[in-house]
Amino acid sequence: MADLKLTNVEKAYGEVKVLANINLDIKQGELIVFVGPSGCGKSTLLRMIAGLERITGGTLEIDGQVVNDVPPAQRGIAMVFQSYALYPHMTVRENMEFALKIAKKTKAEIAAAVGKAADILQLTPYLDRLPKALSGGQRQRVAIGRSIVRDPKVYLFDEPLSNLDAALRVATRIEIAQLKEQMADRTMIYVTHDQVEAMTLATRIVVLAGGGISQVGSPLDLYERPQNEFVAQFIGSPAMNLLAGEVVETGAQTVVKLDGGGTARSAVPTLTADLGMKVNIGVRPEDLVATDAAPIFTGEVEITEALGEVTLLYFKRQGDAAQVVGKLPGIHAGLRHKSVQLTADPKKVHLFHNGLSLLYR
Amino acid sequence: MEQFVMAAVTILIGVFGCICYFFLSNMALDRLYPASGPMAGANINRANQIRPWLFMFPALALLTVYLVYPVFVSIYLSFMDAEGDNFVGAANYIWLINDDKFRESMFNNLLWLVFVPAASTLFGLIAAAVTDRIRWGNFAKAMIFMPMAISFVGAAVIWKLVYEYRPDGQEQIGILNAVWTNMGGEAQTWLTSPVINSFLLMIVLVWIQTGFAMVILSAALRGIPEETIEASILDGASPLQIFMKIKVPQIWGTILVVWTTITITVLKVFDIVLTMTNGQWGTQVLANLMFDWMFRGNDTGRASTAAIIIMLMVTPIMIWNIRNAAREAR
Repeated sequence: MADLKLTNVEKAYGEVKVLANINLDIKQGELIVFVGPSGCGKSTLLRMIAGLERITGGTLEIDGQVVNDVPPAQRGIAMVFQSYALYPHMTVRENMEFALKIAKKTKAEIAAAVGKAADILQLTPYLDRLPKALSGGQRQRVAIGRSIVRDPKVYLFDEPLSNLDAALRVATRIEIAQLKEQMADRTMIYVTHDQVEAMTLATRIVVLAGGGISQVGSPLDLYERPQNEFVAQFIGSPAMNLLAGEVVETGAQTVVKLDGGGTARSAVPTLTADLGMKVNIGVRPEDLVATDAAPIFTGEVEITEALGEVTLLYFKRQGDAAQVVGKLPGIHAGLRHKSVQLTADPKKVHLFHNGLSLLYR
Repeated sequence: MEQFVMAAVTILIGVFGCICYFFLSNMALDRLYPASGPMAGANINRANQIRPWLFMFPALALLTVYLVYPVFVSIYLSFMDAEGDNFVGAANYIWLINDDKFRESMFNNLLWLVFVPAASTLFGLIAAAVTDRIRWGNFAKAMIFMPMAISFVGAAVIWKLVYEYRPDGQEQIGILNAVWTNMGGEAQTWLTSPVINSFLLMIVLVWIQTGFAMVILSAALRGIPEETIEASILDGASPLQIFMKIKVPQIWGTILVVWTTITITVLKVFDIVLTMTNGQWGTQVLANLMFDWMFRGNDTGRASTAAIIIMLMVTPIMIWNIRNAAREAR
């Protein structure tokens, strides 16, 4: 029903550019998630699509029509706010009816739309309550219901789960996923700083950093094939370990001699010309396994965190190198202050040069 | 010079007296229940129970002497004759109900009651909404608020000049007559034309109270969550619809508090009427009627009766106002 196209979109406050060179093609029916650290401009970008912030450069098209100067209400979008933004003086029903009444829909149309939305969101028993008499999760459902009744082309979600407690967040996340299933042809854009939400909900994830797009891709694409060190470390928890070293062997598999003393073998191919190149190898904590021979990394465990299903090992820092973290399945008691040797499958070892992945050359 | 010294000394004694009172009374309490020794815990608890009363005592004492006591004396006097010597039963009340001036005052007070709070709150609300949106809004706000700093008598004098009348042939110095004659009208003695003159007096109070309403309502408008306004923009509401359907309902409680607060001020209105018409030409109000009987008629009985009537009218609004304010605070 709606494709979105952002071309060189830019946002500046006076001289300060907070977003630049945003190019993005969103296909109808996709659920796009914007993630990024706080201050990266993800909410600003969403508000620009909504029309609440002016676009200072580039064009935004919805269904092939440039909507830079189209008022928010006529863009065919609906937005769910982090703080719910329910009208406190209106009942649940009135909250959902408001937009339709403004649009001068007939009573029958309004009643049908509200009834249907309330049904989908299990809000029917609460229609005559005021928002203050609802729980956080119910309020968020009303906010979603207010969007649904308008039957917009594009749904925008601005960190909709941030104000909910942990258990409710998981439940509501699943509800949103189910809602998306029911409305497979609707486009949704979802902003979050929670990568679990991003990984579980997204068709494609847009990682924003430093005022631009760092990488766009499917969740597993970002996890398995990050284009740069930022994405590599941003997706996945704990973050990917980066270890500095030098290429000593090239070919279909690359061997890197690490500054810390270990040797790493990576399935990323390199050319003869790369010999001696300074690189960072990247290996995820969960990809590290204990070994007796030719370790990538040897270190003394400083702290362990036993989570039951996994045990996290935090190694002592060596010099000014970043802390290395390992994640071993199961319970490992008594590793604290012990020296541990770790290695990883070459397929799981990433190579970065100047912050960019060698996979994408 | 002597008066000036006296005033300075009085202020010093007052301030110093307050400090001494709080310091010494708290010290005495600590002496009486020392926070040490075997009874320390019990002493601290007991001292903490007494301490608030130490702080409240001066205010309570003054309120009793100047507020509570006069209420009872007024009730007592309203059943006595002009000198307050002989019991006359309900005679004062019966006289009051049949008095033309009282009926006129009641009617005028009702007019004031309807017009002034409504106009002040409405103008205040409009001013608050508009000044929040323009660049020189803060300057406009200061200007609108300024009359609040002027005493009622001062304001009345200013407006008396606005309504000033000069006989034909002389130049009209009042702005209203200047404008009126310029538009081809004949100079009017505005303040002596019944009903219109009452409204001209009310305008003075509206002028003063609009600033008050604006400041309170402006703060309330700013307290509205920005997201609800953005949500209504996305829902397609026009600026007027946003104001009427989203903003005003959310500050309805504050509007009521402002309205009732101004209502109470209106019921007590006195200075403006005394200064501008002294209740002549059909502009009399209750408070001025009371003042007239007290100091011109020298009749404490009738004056007290008028006072009781005013109190009876203010009390229910006051209770409602305090309840509303308390609900707003929650």
